[in-house]
Amino acid sequence: MMRVIPTFLTPSGQNPARNLALCCLLAVGLGGCADGLADRDPLEPLNRDIHAFNLAVDQFALRPVASSTTGNGEVAARLSDFAGNLGKPADVVNNVLQLRLVKASENVLRFGVNTIFGLGGLFDVASAAGMPENDTDFGETLHVWGIGEGAYLEVPFMGPSTTRDFAGTLIDMAIDPLNQLNRDQVRGAAAAKLAARVADRGRYSEMVDSILYESADSYAQARLLYLQNRRHQLGQDSGEDDFVDPYEDPYAE
Amino acid sequence: MLNDTSILSRRRFAAGLALGTVAFALPMRAAALTVEQARALIDKAVGDINSVISSGKAEGAMIGDFERIFVKYADVPAIARSALGPSAKQASKAQMTAFTKAFQGYISRKYGRRFREFIGGTIEVTDAKPVKSYYEVISVARLKGEAPFDLRWHVSDKSGSLKFFNLIIEGVNMLASERAEIGAMLDKQRGDVDALTAVLKKT
Repeated sequence: MMRVIPTFLTPSGQNPARNLALCCLLAVGLGGCADGLADRDPLEPLNRDIHAFNLAVDQFALRPVASSTTGNGEVAARLSDFAGNLGKPADVVNNVLQLRLVKASENVLRFGVNTIFGLGGLFDVASAAGMPENDTDFGETLHVWGIGEGAYLEVPFMGPSTTRDFAGTLIDMAIDPLNQLNRDQVRGAAAAKLAARVADRGRYSEMVDSILYESADSYAQARLLYLQNRRHQLGQDSGEDDFVDPYEDPYAE
Repeated sequence: MLNDTSILSRRRFAAGLALGTVAFALPMRAAALTVEQARALIDKAVGDINSVISSGKAEGAMIGDFERIFVKYADVPAIARSALGPSAKQASKAQMTAFTKAFQGYISRKYGRRFREFIGGTIEVTDAKPVKSYYEVISVARLKGEAPFDLRWHVSDKSGSLKFFNLIIEGVNMLASERAEIGAMLDKQRGDVDALTAVLKKT
C-alpha cells in the first residue's frame, strides 16, 4: 500500500504521492496506459490507424527521398532557413492577434534583416546576430485566447497535433500574408516549405528514426514527445507538472 | 495545517507541533545547502559529459564513458524500478538486479548513440532551485547550427547520496518516456520480466 505523507512535511504544502496516485487511478481507469497521457487521447484507435499510415509514408517516400538528397548538410540548412523566413509574416499576424506586440516587432525586424542581409532568407543572419527566435502559429493564438489543447490528433502526412493545433494549422494556411503573392510565388513558397520538410527529415534522421523505428510503441512515444514539447513551447509547464517521483512510486517495494 | 491539528488530541497536538517545527526548520536550512550541492553535482556531470563529447573517441568508447557517467551521477536503481512500473513490485530481488543492469546498458546505448549530434556543442548549468521534494538544476545545451535548448535535471538525495533521477529535454520527460517504452516492451513479452531483461540486453 501507498504511504500517505502528512501535508505539512512537503515543502509546498502539496502531496505528490496523492497526485501520483490520482494520476495512476485515472490511467488505470482509462485502459492502463503507462504514460498518463491516455486520458487526453479519446481518438486513440483512429489515431493509431493514421500513425500506421504516416509511418508507411515515411518509410516508402519521405525517408528514402530525404536520405538520398541530403548528402550536404549545408543545403538542408539553407532550405530550412529559407522556409523559416517565409513563415515569418504569418508569425507577425499571430503575434498581433496574441497582443504580443514586442514579439511582433521583433519578427518584423527579423524578417527584414534575413530577407535583406540573408540573401532573401537563405541565411538566418538574425539568429547569428543573437536576435530572439519567436516562432508561433494560430494554435498558440487559440491557446492565448484561452482555448484548451483538445484531443490528441495524428494528421495524415503531417503527424502529431491536437484538435486545437490542427484547427490552427488550417487557419494559418488561410490567413498567411504570402497568399497575397501571385500564383507562381505562392506555389514556389509551398514547394520551398515542402523541400525544407524533406531536408529536416534528413537532418534529424537519427532522432526521427530512433523514435519511429526503434521504439516498442512509436505511437505512444510520438504522442508523449509532441504533447510535452508543445506544452513546454506554450509555457504551460511550471516544472512541477514534469515531476515523476520514482521514490514515492506506489508500485515500488 | 490548522484543520489538520484541530482533529487531533491535545497530547498528539503538542507532539505534532514539536515534530512539525523541527521538520519545518530542518529542511529550510538544509535546502539552501543542498540546492548548491545539487547544482555542483550536475556541474560535475555536465563537465564529464562535455569532455566525452570533445574527446573525439569512437562511438563504442563514448557509449562506455556515458555508462560510467550515468552510474556515477544517476540513481539508476530508482530510475529502473520506476521505468518497470507495476511489475517491479512482483519481481524478485534477483530479477530486479538483472533488469537494472540490462536497463543501464540499454539507456547508455540508446542515448550514447545520439552523442554524435552533440559533437562541437556544450552544456552549461545556469540555475538550480528546490521544487517539492527534489531539486531542479537548469542547464542550456548549445549545439552547432541549432537554437539553444532547455535541459533540466531532477536531483534527489533519497537514495542516500545526491543523484539525478530524471532529465527534461525541452519539456519532454525522459522518465515518463521510458516508462511508456519499457511498458510497451514488457507488453510484447506478455509481462515476463526475464524475457524483457533478455530483450534489453540486445537493444
